[in-house]
Amino acid sequence: MQPFTSHSGIAAPLLRDDVNTDQIAPILQSRNLKEDYRAMLFMRARQRDDGSEDPDFVLNKPQFRKAGILVTGHNFGAGSSRESAVWSMLANDIRVIVARSFADIYRENCLQNGLLPVVLGADDADAFTARVVAVDGGAPFTVDLVAQRITGPDGFALAFEIAGADRMRLLEGLDDIGLTLKHMDEIVGWERRAAAAQPWLQGVQDGRR
Amino acid sequence: MPRTLFDKIWDFHLVGQRADGRDLIYIDRHVLHELHAHHSFAQLEKQHRRVHRPDLTFAVQDHTVATKPGRDDDTNPSGTAFLKAMREGTRKHGIRLFDIDDPEQGISHVVAPELGIVLPGATHAVPDSHASTVGGVGALAFGCGTSELTHILATQVMALKRPKRLRARLEGRLGPHVSAKDVALRLIAELGVAGARGHAVEYAGAAVRAMPIEQRMTLCNLNIEMGGRSGFVAPDDATFAWLQGRPYVPQGAMWDRALDYWRSLVTDDDAAFDREVVLDCSALEPQITWGTDPSQVVGISGRVPDPAAIDPNRRAAAQSAFGYMGLAPGTPLAGLPVDRVFIGSCTNSRLPDLEVAAAVVRGRRVAEGVVAMVVPGSSTVKREAEAAGLDRVFRDAGFFWGESGCSMCAGGNGDRGQPGERCVSTTNRNFENRQGPKVRTHLASPATAAATAIAGHIADVRQLLLGAT
Repeated sequence: MQPFTSHSGIAAPLLRDDVNTDQIAPILQSRNLKEDYRAMLFMRARQRDDGSEDPDFVLNKPQFRKAGILVTGHNFGAGSSRESAVWSMLANDIRVIVARSFADIYRENCLQNGLLPVVLGADDADAFTARVVAVDGGAPFTVDLVAQRITGPDGFALAFEIAGADRMRLLEGLDDIGLTLKHMDEIVGWERRAAAAQPWLQGVQDGRR
Repeated sequence: MPRTLFDKIWDFHLVGQRADGRDLIYIDRHVLHELHAHHSFAQLEKQHRRVHRPDLTFAVQDHTVATKPGRDDDTNPSGTAFLKAMREGTRKHGIRLFDIDDPEQGISHVVAPELGIVLPGATHAVPDSHASTVGGVGALAFGCGTSELTHILATQVMALKRPKRLRARLEGRLGPHVSAKDVALRLIAELGVAGARGHAVEYAGAAVRAMPIEQRMTLCNLNIEMGGRSGFVAPDDATFAWLQGRPYVPQGAMWDRALDYWRSLVTDDDAAFDREVVLDCSALEPQITWGTDPSQVVGISGRVPDPAAIDPNRRAAAQSAFGYMGLAPGTPLAGLPVDRVFIGSCTNSRLPDLEVAAAVVRGRRVAEGVVAMVVPGSSTVKREAEAAGLDRVFRDAGFFWGESGCSMCAGGNGDRGQPGERCVSTTNRNFENRQGPKVRTHLASPATAAATAIAGHIADVRQLLLGAT
């Protein structure tokens, strides 16, 4: 996984709650296993009914076309567990999402892929959002995970919290499976104990065969 | 110290704690589907890793399979590559696949309990947010992403933060033609789409105890729609009776031993929950969504709400939903003309769901101009329904009767509505564009969906059946 230390980019405001993964990464019925994640991001929201681009959608506005930070409301990433909703962000070089809260599975998927999910409390979120709206893509913000600070034009600075373990994992770009494989002895030991305590869990078979 | 059932299952499955503080939770049964599995097979290949427990891993083809009778790999051309990649990956790793032509193929959340692959007190994971459907038999399930899927394949554990515990006590007795679907929609309306975020939900109370197992699965299925990753019902005699004799369930002396253990799978008296909510279901009428998220719900006699009556934080979302759904505040739901009715999905496609719908449809005709579909949740359900003559009931009434799969729930197999259509659907998400671009989805129970197909407009099943007598 690509480590995350700091990321600078234009901050685009998508000021809604409950943005779901069907919106972020619609199922496009591609015939190809390797989908175009760059084009997938908010594909339906980006288009008008006639298929032309909707100039009102935030990521279609000229100042936000190269956004690197997405700023949004509560419960971002609700719904389906599809990881394409994270891959499509990364494919567009969006490496930070600042939200008031995240859906559980989406936040996990972010951590798995080196996309930094920043959660701000109400007051900080209000202040940051106001600043992002005022700057209107005119200058970048920087999200520094080492210092746990967001900085921006005109001396804007805001500290944010993140669980220490999540921070470390992102900073070091740790291989999640590698971390767990260090516990393989414990896993095998557990299997042995479970086979004694609840043998039906460790051995599964079709009783008709 | 008294413990909740969640704590008992979690603690039993706790393998250890990782350096980053996460609990390693052993996954007893892992079920893959073709939409996501190919990514994980590719990741394993790249990382030179193998599947730790192929014998505890199962796979189904469900998201992209066509529902057309006589289907094969190519009937839905956008699914072909996924089906083939799944076949290759499972063959290579020695994983049992329920392939497109397997007599037990179906939606993972329907197949796993139906075959007894998941059991009370077992942990379960699927790369799909509706994994907790199997909470209906007392299993603790986690929906997961693709990287987590790869992690489970390689290690058979998940690295999780311990969630908080929420108990939803559903009390009272459900009225006629009111089902778990209606209860779940009302609960989501009360708690909101993020109401259970960060929590494992135990469903308890008299209304839950009275529910047959299939309805408990419907209830647990919709848990994610209020933001909860895991939701379950403590197993009881009804659960054990339902499971006994299913193909993968332990038999003989092992069954007796398992049963002894399963009887301990209860929340102790006085065990503490982080949060508790109570819903009295006795006066509940059939429920239906009016908007574009599953919390935008009213009773079937209700109207599209007045924005002034909506929580100010939810008002902008409601305004946007009015526009998408083509509905003005104050419009009664009952009587709205519909173009399409879909009965199926992991939420409502088990045999009793189809029986309820068939009882409404029997001897009647689908209203002119309405496209109505029934897609059984598994090939087993389909076979059982056909043995009971339900396929004839539906077909005689003008319904399409399909091969099993996820179908119109997410439209990954090409089953979709046309732009602008209004659809009453027994599925789980009424999100914009989910059932096809610009399709307006109303979520409801199988009984309400069936009554709507007959009436040609959103209908109260109780009135339709009353009018017939």
